Amino acid sequence: MRSDSHRTTVNRREFASCAAAAAAGFLLTGCGPRRLHELPPDRLKDAIREMERRYAQQYGTAVTVSDAPPIPGVEFAYALDISRCVGCRRCVHACVEENNQSRDPEVQWIRVLEMEKGKGVDFSEADPYYAPPEVPEEGHFYVPVQCQQCRNAPCTKVCPTGATWTEPDGIVVVDYDWCIGCRYCMAACPYGARHFNWGQPSIPADRLNVKTHVLGNRPRPQGVVEKCTFCIQRTRNGRYPACVEVCPAGARKFGNLLDPDSEIRYIIEHKRVLVLKEELNTVPRFFYFYGT
Amino acid sequence: MPVNRTRRELTEFHTDIVLAHDEQHRWCLDCHDADQRDQLHLASGTPVSFDESYMLCGQCHGEKLRDWRAGVHGRRAGQWNGHKTYLLCAHCHNPHRPRFKTIPPMPAPARPARPGR
Repeated sequence: MRSDSHRTTVNRREFASCAAAAAAGFLLTGCGPRRLHELPPDRLKDAIREMERRYAQQYGTAVTVSDAPPIPGVEFAYALDISRCVGCRRCVHACVEENNQSRDPEVQWIRVLEMEKGKGVDFSEADPYYAPPEVPEEGHFYVPVQCQQCRNAPCTKVCPTGATWTEPDGIVVVDYDWCIGCRYCMAACPYGARHFNWGQPSIPADRLNVKTHVLGNRPRPQGVVEKCTFCIQRTRNGRYPACVEVCPAGARKFGNLLDPDSEIRYIIEHKRVLVLKEELNTVPRFFYFYGT
Repeated sequence: MPVNRTRRELTEFHTDIVLAHDEQHRWCLDCHDADQRDQLHLASGTPVSFDESYMLCGQCHGEKLRDWRAGVHGRRAGQWNGHKTYLLCAHCHNPHRPRFKTIPPMPAPARPARPGR
């Protein structure tokens, strides 16, 4: 008859050796790889040089990987004029070119949804695969959706490795070296804004954008999640995101939320503004508005 | 030759121009200056150069002019925190026919191989 009070005993010697091993392991992890935002500057420089060397070898051209930090006093925000968007998808493809998304398998950070005018912004009725000869189609309007750069981002909270976080300028970024590809963040994102590299990403060598950022458009490996970064490689240098520059209708607006004279602040103060899925309390930095 | 200011169908010159911009009420010389063809004029008669045509447009489209000045209507190039290049109204809208033409869209995303995702 077995006694319920039976326990495996750990003697003093076993406990001590286990504790020593655990302590040594903890210390060694501390010396080993770290997340990009925790790296001391000299080690980050080394890591970046290594990346540049690897990409140059892979694509046969000089690639620069920037580690430009956030600009103090800047919080980026975006506004998209639903009344102007014509659904031409110029933004989708400019983004693919700028941010080195995989062409095959196809990864696109922006998805343009076609909606019926009578039904309003209704995701269950939206069609991303519309392909008429000409746009805009009669009786329809278009809502492009990309990362909403939430202030209360559900995606960063669920990451088990801390591979995704919000930068001080409001950009939600991914550390591709720390992403383990569990895709929890994709399940958590209510906007479908995160994309997984199911296959080895392919970018034709002559189409590679060689101006990259370590947290942005540098070429990604297979098995990691990627997303819109407000073109971190451009915007931290004062430029507009590629989608803003390419939009033929001028529907896309970008700027510093903390600057009272910015276009973004004018829109929020003077226009009818909405955010997608407000009820989820994600508090996006991406606004939609009606310009007319 | 004296200027003929009467509103009429053009048969000799500018026959390629189709006016679809409040055409019941507008005519060439409402915007173009009859005496100085290289410039425009406001409703008041004040001359305006082609470089400042937004002042002419803004007479009716004041709301758009206000948004354009703030950088909200129209396209912008340059730096979000520095020098910006503004486009004039007529760079995007044909003043004689301002409504945008429809354009072919770029390719749609591939549908997922399996239905239901």
